[in-house]
Amino acid sequence: MAKEIKGRVVLPGFGMTLGVTLFYVSVMILLPFAALVLKSASLSLHEFYETVTAPRVTAALRLSLLTAWIAASINVVFGVPAAWVLSRYSFPGKRLLDAMVDLPFALPTAVAGIALTAMFGPTGGPGAILGRLGVKIAFTPAGIVVALVFIGLPFVVRTLQPVIESLDRRMEEAAATLGASPAQVFFRVILPPLVPALLSGFSLAFARGIGEYGSVVFISGNMPMRTEIAPLVIMTKLQQFDYAGATAVAVVLLIVSFIVLSAVRLMELRAGFWRTGVR
Amino acid sequence: MAGVGRSGTQAGRFFLISVTVLFFAVFLLAPLVAVFSTALQKGSGYYLAALADPETAAAVRLTLLTTCIAVPVNTIFGLCAGWAIARYEFPGKTLLKTVIALPFSVSPVIAGLMFILVYGSGGLIGPWLEARHIQVIFAVPGIILTTLFVTLPLAAHEVIAVLEARGKEEEEVAWTLGATGRQIFCRITLPKIKWGLFYGVMLSTARAMGEFGAVSVVSGHIRGLTNTLPLHIEILYNQYDAVAAFAAATLLALAALATLAAKAVMELRPGLRGDRSAPGPAYAGGEK
Repeated sequence: MAKEIKGRVVLPGFGMTLGVTLFYVSVMILLPFAALVLKSASLSLHEFYETVTAPRVTAALRLSLLTAWIAASINVVFGVPAAWVLSRYSFPGKRLLDAMVDLPFALPTAVAGIALTAMFGPTGGPGAILGRLGVKIAFTPAGIVVALVFIGLPFVVRTLQPVIESLDRRMEEAAATLGASPAQVFFRVILPPLVPALLSGFSLAFARGIGEYGSVVFISGNMPMRTEIAPLVIMTKLQQFDYAGATAVAVVLLIVSFIVLSAVRLMELRAGFWRTGVR
Repeated sequence: MAGVGRSGTQAGRFFLISVTVLFFAVFLLAPLVAVFSTALQKGSGYYLAALADPETAAAVRLTLLTTCIAVPVNTIFGLCAGWAIARYEFPGKTLLKTVIALPFSVSPVIAGLMFILVYGSGGLIGPWLEARHIQVIFAVPGIILTTLFVTLPLAAHEVIAVLEARGKEEEEVAWTLGATGRQIFCRITLPKIKWGLFYGVMLSTARAMGEFGAVSVVSGHIRGLTNTLPLHIEILYNQYDAVAAFAAATLLALAALATLAAKAVMELRPGLRGDRSAPGPAYAGGEK
């Protein structure tokens, strides 16, 4: 920060670049958001309540929140060892493994959707094996969870990795030489500084999960009341040109994800505070 | 030697690596393998025939058109936003960054809905457009607009990350020594950010080609006219022509793999991104 005061050099191009940025952001982001806000403001409270509390809508909202929650939890359980392995160990194929983490981010959701359905459907390899054991994945809520685990994985791993890399190994060594068991080292020394990153990875995966559409619609089977997710309800309403109804459901989803994401923002601010406080 | 605490015993290490490899194999590798193996199930002749189908070819063309518009526009925006945000202090900067990131946190279906509420009949400027016989929704312009929205933050995000990590001293020195704005950009800034920008462009390309939910809302699903490749995949899949659907999906999967390769190349160059630079030498000894 001191450099700003020392330098007093002002680089050229501020007006133009900021102008372009503000104009583009206004047209491409603020205008669509304004349209959504205006539309939702035009709904009467009664109308809004009736739409959102219709059994099919509440079932879909509940399903979306529940499956996104479970999938984010699975990603946390497997994301911690994955991030640990990728930041701490070196072994053949590690770079490949690390590159693969971003696959869900780069692979189109529809492609992921049909691929997971092919895998976990009754004729797919894992699907057939599980089917013989009496476990059905595709066209059940479990299938939705599978798709959301795929989608959420990079959020958890990529949030954890830099934090694990920044951990001070001497702490672990000190704890170990002082007689702590590996479990104690993990729970008392390694885990506490990871908690903020874990929570924010969880929340990012969760927020992404409740809005996810492409990867889920193929594997879920889309049965109303059973395997119909909230974004699909919006889609169905749009196909019936029920824009008011679609907006009402969209507002509920947006409010949930904004609450979750603001919680992440707050946590990140406080996490930075904690870390600087510890050092 | 350093860093091999008791938590790093060989058995634990082996266990953790196995868990990770298994988890990745099931959730990441297997779907990718499924795409290619299903596509080639009926042989390469069938695969090529599926790709040569006129409707598939039309979908590829529309997807390429959309991508060729969305990626350059968002790249130019990303450069402008990166320059303004990472090079100057101004009130509302954090807010601007949050707004730019908004498309990340909106469900694709809701993104599509918002564009209908702006450009659709009964929307904010829909009636005005209708009076001039300009159709945006259920037509190609709507597809391009939603694709622009969905991929908007990607390039900007990468450019801002690199510019903020690398500082602005070099540009300031050049400016005081009399370089023009263009010289500074071409000779200092661009070389500095090229790998981050490259990755941002690759990611935007993969996402622009593959956007499904948002485009599905605003496309009229008219075959040969407003069907992008992902929408066409859905139609083929729902017609139980799985092999043809997967054949089309391989094109998008290849674009995704190219993106991952671009990122891997970028990360081989240490110090290009502040947050994910190569681990320091302290780690090297710890693994032996």
